[in-house]
Amino acid sequence: MLNIRRDICGYCGACVSVCPEGALELVDAFLTVDIACINCGICEKVCPLGALEVVKE
Amino acid sequence: MKRQYDMLVIGGGPGGALAAKTAAEKGLSVCLVEKRPAIGAPVRCAEGIGKELLTDFIPPDPKWIATDIERAELVAPDDFSMVLEPKMAGSEVGYVLDRKVFDRELVWKAAEAGAETYVKARATAPIMRNGAVAGAVIEQHGKMYDVDAKITIAADGIESKFAKWAGIDTTVPLREIESCAQYLMTGIDIDAQMTSFYLGNDVAPAGYVWVFPKGKGLANVGIGIGGSKSGAGHRAKDYLDRFVKRKFPDGKCIELIVGGVSVCKPLSCTVADNMLIVGDAARVSDPITGGGIYNAMYTGRLAAETAIEALEKGDTRKAALLPYDTTWRSSTLGKALERNYAVKEVFVGLSDEKLNAIVHSISKINLEEFSTLTLITELIKANPSLLLELRHLKAFL
Repeated sequence: MLNIRRDICGYCGACVSVCPEGALELVDAFLTVDIACINCGICEKVCPLGALEVVKE
Repeated sequence: MKRQYDMLVIGGGPGGALAAKTAAEKGLSVCLVEKRPAIGAPVRCAEGIGKELLTDFIPPDPKWIATDIERAELVAPDDFSMVLEPKMAGSEVGYVLDRKVFDRELVWKAAEAGAETYVKARATAPIMRNGAVAGAVIEQHGKMYDVDAKITIAADGIESKFAKWAGIDTTVPLREIESCAQYLMTGIDIDAQMTSFYLGNDVAPAGYVWVFPKGKGLANVGIGIGGSKSGAGHRAKDYLDRFVKRKFPDGKCIELIVGGVSVCKPLSCTVADNMLIVGDAARVSDPITGGGIYNAMYTGRLAAETAIEALEKGDTRKAALLPYDTTWRSSTLGKALERNYAVKEVFVGLSDEKLNAIVHSISKINLEEFSTLTLITELIKANPSLLLELRHLKAFL
């Protein structure tokens, strides 16, 4: 699953634009992830601040 | 908020504002929704724009111009610096804007022209009828509103979802997004009339560092790195912190700005039935500079002009809106995007040695007018060895 570190997130939306599944959504200053997420890790790479981490279950 | 409009604009940036203003001036009923509580904030921009581009849309106003730029400096990976003085050749340079004020001004102009504007109002889904966009479901203050529109403008920026929901793939490939971070810094020793660009694979892989002055000792100091170069321990902020420590160790950070800028090709089609896509959402930011303010304003205005004509004829299907797509593609902007994409593809692969050679040779050229085109032509003349890398660009020369 994708863990969003809200203490780090700068809510810029860079991750939303590269998500191939459209699973991320930026609601004002609150990033959300839905069940379409496939844990591909692209958003984890692109984040300028390192706010996203794919956690192995 | 009414239940029906001629035009619904999703997003209150420069693209959405120009679309709303243009349509409202022609008497259309226009609703502009912005999901954030304030227009223009938080800023997600380095705030630089060419002068002649801006004056196409709005007369310059000191209240949103932070600085008047006269020079540009290009710094090679080996720290060799060259200064371009286009003003000496009679060309205009640019401004560094205050986007918080600028964006607000543009939306105010749209409102003044008669557009309704709603903040903290977010499009959560398109309304689809017979497979075509017919408006959007807008959420505001915990309530949902079905807002019908004959035309919907997707101006929802880099994190654009609206067009995607309507079935258009807007995903930016990882290698074609710039992952960006920027500090607004104060107390730094800079030339307040000069923008600086730092190149190099150690400084900013597949991107660059910029210093855009906003006043005396005050500047946007930022970086974009290629998305595929980003990862744990080597993110945009890591590179930026390293640069700041080296160049401005005594500077103070008074704002942190982050963002993504697409440097891919524009969407393969920027219209659908009853819908036009503009600005960053259409992926029309410049692949070399990352600049997108003018591009958004231009496409926003053109989209509204096309929509007005289509509405007058009573046909807003894709074919009737297609002139928007073909017009911007064949415009100066469209051609520049195509050329600059090809140039970018070459530049992101260059070694530091090659980048050094390029900056050194530009410094020896007496550039009458600074443009990407003259730059490339002169570069090939000065560096025949670069011809191999640059051969893909021949078609554009």
